[in-house]
Formats: sequence, C-alpha cells, structure tokens
Amino acid sequence: MSELRLMKGNEVVAEAAIRCGCDAYFGYPITPQSEVMETLMELQPWETSGMVVLQAESETASINMVYGAASAGKRVMTSSSSPGISLMAEGLSYLAGAELPCLVVDVSRGGPGLGTIQPSQADYFMATKGGGHGDFHLIVLAPASVQEMHDFVFLAFDLAFKYRNPAMILADGVIGQMMEKVQLHAPLPRRTDEEIARSSGSWAVTGKRNRRRNIITSVELDPAVHEKFNQKLQAKYAAIREQEVRYEELLCSDAEYLIAAYGISARIGQKAVELLRAEGVKAGLFRPITLFPFPAKEIAARAAQLKGILCVELSAGQMVEDVRLSVGNRLPVAHFGRNGGVIHSPSEVVEAMKKMIND
Amino acid sequence: MKEEIIIAGFGGQGVLSMGKILAYSGIMQDQEVTWMPSYGPEMRGGTANVTVILSDDRISSPIVHEFDTAIILNQQSLDKFEAAVKSGGLLLYDPNGITAPPTRTDVSIFTVAATEEAAKMGNAKVFNMLVLGAFLKAKPIVQLENVVKGLQKSLPERAHHLIPMNEQAILRGMEIVERRASA
Repeated sequence: MSELRLMKGNEVVAEAAIRCGCDAYFGYPITPQSEVMETLMELQPWETSGMVVLQAESETASINMVYGAASAGKRVMTSSSSPGISLMAEGLSYLAGAELPCLVVDVSRGGPGLGTIQPSQADYFMATKGGGHGDFHLIVLAPASVQEMHDFVFLAFDLAFKYRNPAMILADGVIGQMMEKVQLHAPLPRRTDEEIARSSGSWAVTGKRNRRRNIITSVELDPAVHEKFNQKLQAKYAAIREQEVRYEELLCSDAEYLIAAYGISARIGQKAVELLRAEGVKAGLFRPITLFPFPAKEIAARAAQLKGILCVELSAGQMVEDVRLSVGNRLPVAHFGRNGGVIHSPSEVVEAMKKMIND
Repeated sequence: MKEEIIIAGFGGQGVLSMGKILAYSGIMQDQEVTWMPSYGPEMRGGTANVTVILSDDRISSPIVHEFDTAIILNQQSLDKFEAAVKSGGLLLYDPNGITAPPTRTDVSIFTVAATEEAAKMGNAKVFNMLVLGAFLKAKPIVQLENVVKGLQKSLPERAHHLIPMNEQAILRGMEIVERRASA
C-alpha cells in the first residue's frame, strides 16, 4: 500500500498533494519552499491525475487563482514563504469571508521585510491571528517532521472541507529543507464532477442545473445581515476550537518544567528535554500541533503540577502570548528564541531553562 | 546506536549526495535518519555542509552543534568544525589543500587522499564515494550491501549503470584510508 522514501519536507508536500487527489496548485517560487513547485513540475501530475500545476505571475495572482478553483469546489492549494504569504493576506481574508476551503503552505523564513532565506518561526501571529483584515481564522497545522508534512496535507484538506475554511500548514525552513524517511500514502483519485456536486453542491459553483444558484462572495452591505454572518463564522471557529485541537506531550506525566514549542523548535526542545533529564531536571515537552485552534485547555491542565514553562520559538516571542493567556498568572512563563534566521542549539535551550529555574 | 555526522566541503564535491546515500543506507537497515543541509545563496565552489543523523531510535533534533564524526573536505570546513567534534569522536579529512591540519588530540583522526586518488582513477565524480568508503572503514556504521541498496534508492534509474563504479570507489576508499598517529 504505502512506500518508504527519503525526502525533503518540501518535496513531500508535492507528493502528498498529488496522492490526496488535489485538483490544482498555483504558486510562485520563493526560497526556502521552491522545491514544492519544482517537484510538481518534475512529477507532471497533469499527465496522470489531471491535476493542474501553474506558475502564476505573483503570489497575489496565485491566491486569487486558488479562490477561483475553490469556488468550484475543487481541492486547490498554494505554497510560499513569509514575504509571499504577506502578499496573499488580502486573498486569505476573502477566502475566509467567502467560506472557501483550500490549503496554503507557509515554509517560513526570517523577516520582517525581505529578511533572510534562513529558517524562522516569526509568522505565528500572521498565521494564527488572521493574516488579513476582518474577524477570521485560518486552521493552522504545525508539522515537526517530514512525515507530518505529508500527513498534514491530507488532514488540512479534510479540515478545510469539513469547515469550509482555508487551512494553513505553517512549517519553517528546516522542516522544508531537511530529509527524513517518510511513508507515502497510496494515491487517491481526484473527485469527479459528480462527486464534487454531491458533496459540495450546496455551496460550490458546480454548474446550476436543477437547483437554486450558488453565489460565492464576501460582500454584504447590510450591517445587520453581515453581523449575523460574522456570528456564524465565530460559531464555526468555536466548533473548531472544541473539536479539532491536536497536540503531543513527551515526558510530561512527572514533569516540573515544561518546554512549549512547535515545529522545528519542538524537535530542538525534545533534545533539550533529553539533556535536562540526564542532569536530573524533570523536564517535559508540550507540542501544539494545531496552532489554531491552540491547545489552551490542555496546556492549562498541566499547569497545576508545574513550576514553570519555557516557550521556545525561532522568534522574539509570539506563541508565548497564547501560552500566557492559557495558564494565566499561576506560574512563570518565559520565552527563549533566536531569530532573524539563526537556529538555537539544544544546549542554548538547556541554558535558558536553567536560567528560568534559577530566577 | 546513534551517530551524528557533519560532512563539509565545497559545493560540487558531492557533499550533499554523500550524505543522502549514507542516510538511505541507514533506512535500508531500518534506522531513523535525518539529513539537514546548509542552504543559502550557495553555488559550485562555495561552502556546503550537511548534518546526517542515523539512529536506532526516534531522532529528536536534526540540528546539533556537536558531532560524533566530522568528514572534512576543505580548510574552511576544518577551521569551522574541528572544535565541534565530540571528545573521543572521529575526524576524517582529505589532506588536499589543507595547510593547517587538525591539532585535536582527544579525537581519532583519519586521512584519505581522495582528490589524488580520484585524479589517478581519471574520474573526479567518484571523489565522494572514496571518502564514504574511507569513513565506513574507520567507522563501519552501515554495511556495504546496505550502501549499495542506498545507491539504488537515491540514484535515478538512468544512473544505475554507474553503481558498480561507485561501489568500486567505496572499496578503494576503504583501502587508502589512513589513521593518523596521535600527536
């Protein structure tokens, strides 16, 4: 059924897209994620599954092509890195406003501005707090391995269609560029027009035939009507918060100190936990897998047994705000992170933890 | 078993592909592996390095700053990574172009004259396989049959006729590696 390979995180996004029956990819090259489109161009899925792969003239064009294909109920995706995602912000807001499912992959790099091509996790705010105007959320998944880069393509599309909401895979330059072994899912066929009409015909523009017409729009000039729509969106986000939280805990059952980290920082944090345990510090790792919805209740449930939480991110401190909101003033929450493309070492994380313990 | 390896040299020496073949060899013997390249505005003649980890257990961080083994293919990389080898670890280098040899006394030091040997063989492209052979003689962490399987997996079908030549180069590397007497 499945196949074992050694692949880069970026390459596997392309493989997974084809294998999950994706209908179209629109993108524009940018380091450190260019291998996504390069791999798609090499694999030429238009010859096999019929998937469309198109290099657009810009990120702005890509996200609007995604809007078009998503309107027709297609499984459609794009990928980029931080500055490119900024260019897509308007489109993301429109997709959320029109309740369109799609997948956006951000293999983030150091900012702000054109910044650096080296890894970073400074897009957390942009990804989880909107990333465009208006009251909206993307569903945000944070892979910490090449295998999860593969698995989350499938999961992101499932969630996007379940909630009619754009989903994002928020990775970083390390996860995109490194190779690990990966078990590939057996290829699934693309959905036929009839299947799309059956599953998404209540909202998608699939060709009218014998039903009332579907309209894809994010505009509503009557404030009373628009408030109701916003309330409906918020109810959807509440349901997502209730049902879709995912996280991983390592060595947490007897932990006194927690490292909270996602993506590559969770891998580095895990090594730091190993080193701290070897020195007799009861450390554990809490890894949010969904960044929206954030596992707020789950990390708060650990708080009673803990003496402190160290939030490790390749940023000046973004997720740490959600950790503080989750646990309140019950215990010290500190942040450690290199940024601007510099990657912290496990031993630097160990030192930061010891500093927190001694302060 | 867990082995954390840095391979470092010039772009174009086959640093990244040597790492990939080593990682695939690990997969062939059911190990967990990570392969993390330096990336950047790099080009042929610039520096290139890759961290490869092979382990019997789940690998935590693919980013490490200390290594069990350093495979060093130019002076810049020696300057950068000599101090990063763990005490008791292994440092393998090609003396070609090395003007300031390593001075560590707490690590095992091996040399392989791979540049010279590849020139004698009239095939600069097998350079990295000579080095890989030298490493596997000094530290046999993967079996040769698994390296050959690794080559089959990492090379495209159209290059499979080159596998015997690469295998020859690995065997030759095993012959010419030398342990440097401790200082």
